[in-house]
Amino acid sequence: MQNRPPKSWRDAVEHEINIPDQPILATDKVRYVGEALAVIVAESRYLAEDAAELIEVDLEPLPAVATVDMALATDAPKVHDDLKSNVVARLRIRKGDAAGILASGVRSIRHRFTNHRYLAMPIECRGVVSQYDSRSDSLTIWSSTQVVHWVRREVAVRLGLPESRVRCIAPDVGGGFGVKGHVYPEDVLIPYLARRLGRPVKWIEDRHEHLLNSTHARDDRHDVEVAFDDKGRILAIRDNFVKDSGAYTPVGIGAPSNTIAHLLGPYDIPHLEAAATVVVTNKTPNAPYRGSGRPEGVFVMERLMDLVARELGMDPVELRLRNMIPPERMPYSVGIPYRDGVPVVYDSGDFPAALHEAINALGGLEAIRAEQRAAWAEGRFLGLGVASFVEGTGAGPFEGATVRIDPSGEIFVATGACAQGQGHETIFAQVAADEWGVTPDQVTVSIADTGSIALGYGTIASRSAVNSSSAIRKASAVLRQKVFAIAGHLLECAIEDLELRDGRVSVKGVPTMSISLAEIAQAARPGWDHRRPPGMSGGLEVTEYFEPPTVTWAYATHAALVEIDRITGAPIIRKYVVVHDSGVLINPKLADGQVLGGVCQGIGGGLLEEVIYDQDGQLLTGSLMDYLVPTASDMPPIEVIHRETPSPLNELGVKGLGEGGAIAPPVAIANAVCDALRPAGYEIFATPIRRSEILKAIDKILG
Amino acid sequence: MTELHKIRVEVNGALVERTVEPRRLLSDFLREDLGLTGTHVGCEQGICGACTILLNGRAARSCLIFAVQVDGAKVMTIEGLSNSGAVRHLQDLFSKHRALQCGYCTPGMIVVAYDLLQHLPSPTAQEIRDGMSAALCRCTGYVGIIEAVTEAARERVAAVDCATPVHMTSD
Ligand code: FES
Ligand code: FES
Repeated sequence: MQNRPPKSWRDAVEHEINIPDQPILATDKVRYVGEALAVIVAESRYLAEDAAELIEVDLEPLPAVATVDMALATDAPKVHDDLKSNVVARLRIRKGDAAGILASGVRSIRHRFTNHRYLAMPIECRGVVSQYDSRSDSLTIWSSTQVVHWVRREVAVRLGLPESRVRCIAPDVGGGFGVKGHVYPEDVLIPYLARRLGRPVKWIEDRHEHLLNSTHARDDRHDVEVAFDDKGRILAIRDNFVKDSGAYTPVGIGAPSNTIAHLLGPYDIPHLEAAATVVVTNKTPNAPYRGSGRPEGVFVMERLMDLVARELGMDPVELRLRNMIPPERMPYSVGIPYRDGVPVVYDSGDFPAALHEAINALGGLEAIRAEQRAAWAEGRFLGLGVASFVEGTGAGPFEGATVRIDPSGEIFVATGACAQGQGHETIFAQVAADEWGVTPDQVTVSIADTGSIALGYGTIASRSAVNSSSAIRKASAVLRQKVFAIAGHLLECAIEDLELRDGRVSVKGVPTMSISLAEIAQAARPGWDHRRPPGMSGGLEVTEYFEPPTVTWAYATHAALVEIDRITGAPIIRKYVVVHDSGVLINPKLADGQVLGGVCQGIGGGLLEEVIYDQDGQLLTGSLMDYLVPTASDMPPIEVIHRETPSPLNELGVKGLGEGGAIAPPVAIANAVCDALRPAGYEIFATPIRRSEILKAIDKILG
Repeated sequence: MTELHKIRVEVNGALVERTVEPRRLLSDFLREDLGLTGTHVGCEQGICGACTILLNGRAARSCLIFAVQVDGAKVMTIEGLSNSGAVRHLQDLFSKHRALQCGYCTPGMIVVAYDLLQHLPSPTAQEIRDGMSAALCRCTGYVGIIEAVTEAARERVAAVDCATPVHMTSD
């Protein structure tokens, strides 16, 4: 079920990929706690749960592979018997000669960093409903998915139906954040049952099942060496990391290749060697969640920045500025390939300006340091944490849009994006309204329905604003030529003399000579008495697919001012600042919402949320009582500052922004905590940030 | 075979009589037996608050209550509160402050906010945060939610102040 990386990537990256498919139901072997091995269909959920109690499962316990170390041990039991080992993928990317630099006797440090396992946790769990029509042998599926076209394809292939007889709809999904971004066994199983039984079948996941069986995320361990000179220039980085993918890897090598592609961040670092080893264990499958591999790499890089600064006795802000790519070097070629196989080139932006702006929003570096010294003198612990990163957004391969003008003059737009609360209908209506000189309420948007557009990719990877908006623009441009041709025919004038204004096509400078979109749509209708120019086909509908050349590069600096509660060890975030650049913003209010929601999730990931397994692979955090999600009380004051550097890669100049907010908070807060506890020499090498460790550091200072 | 129980409940102002299994959750009773799907279910563990309703006038989690337990009680769901107009202004403020994205937490949030403002007429900023922590939102980061409830509380205090002459100032 995975996505295969494109050939250009396979040619550019040393790799070995051997990822097994996940069965719809476990047969010979159950590989993680929560993996479904039987399905019960009943008239009600209560009856189904009674029936589940009656199933006696005869399972022979096998030795568990609960950690990457257990998985990599020479005598490790195999999670998948038909594979050579528990390693399902290896990737290696190099630029320059990191090994040579590190061996050359320059200054260097080495550390091990761990990103823990946490997850997306939308408040609405997953669900699938399917209905079968025996007369036409066709299926309708309502799934809480972010990828309706992928679900349709998978169901069609597995059940042996043509895609035209499968329709997948995902209306108003209650949050996604990546966890609903791939096809799950239930997406295939429920339609199968509906067809087999000839009745509608519904499955709604409960929260316990969600924690057991919806994909988890993050969970990797890095062994990193960094070389630098006395002036604070980072010369080389070598990172070997192991990712715990759980029992299956439903989205393939997406997350670890993101980790590599984003590791160098906004910095000009000449030498890199990064290698990922993806390992299977007896845990819930691991798949992208908001950030997808980026928070892991950013945690490593941004902790390293602070650690190197400490080695040199330099302010971490100053060290970052010395290494940042200046705006005059944009577009900047990093020298490694992206996941789409295209070389990484940061397309636009001003990284140092974002860092300056973030620090200034906290009062300026000097004032912050003075306040910190005063706090220390009073026995309080105050620290500044900074995290800067870049983010490849708007990934391809494509998204389509159908644009139609109906005889009432209203604009209809359909696209393959799927919304889970981001506000897609709003922004796509805005984009179409701008294209046609109408107001957004004159635009009807259809998303998340394979019945409205033949091909689609879906909403993952911060891609919909870029890809769907561009597709709407592209389709509108083609349709406009036809609209103008008909208008020119009716108004008896040349197309060059026409313009679109307020839902009408008029002769430039002669507003009285005009015709409405409704009249043009009526004139375009196929059949008797149409009024199209000779030879033109009927109707006003165009479908176009936008295929981005590669990703657009958003970037941001997060900065946190944190004071430690001396009694509880809790890091209290006094203020959190995000300076973010996602190119041209289509709707600033909605953009704020994306950033703020992401930051909240990042704070949760850094401080509260943790999936814990015991040594037998038993999940210990199977409810919201054990897995802590941030509440309103956990949110600090946050300031979001948008910069808007247009992307040259699409006509609208937009970059993606769905994930950015969640990428940096764990490391920004970790850096602030370490900065506050510098008198103890306290450093964080693993998330989540633990109060028990902080209290130990405080004890050390206070003696 | 479990015994069925007859219950009589006042739901959104109307008396309802139904026969239920003792194990039937109030949340399922409301959603499935009565078709009141505005009450959402996010965890059935008493944590997320999406299922919050008013039980005899106070906020309660319908996923932690059996339908048989509300025999003789008064239940108000988000449908009752919105149809009567009681939360109309809160809903407008949620919209104004972008206090929702996917909207899945929203019915519970509105009931929690309504209950908070009913019982704490002039809450402090901290009381609003703590009170609204009774429900989880995974989309918004709570910023808009807190702004909306804060504005509702402020207006309420202003309205009370205006109605009470001793609080009026010369300007
Ligand atoms: S569903 Fe009742 S508290 Fe979550
Ligand atoms: S708006 Fe989605 S959970 Fe609150």
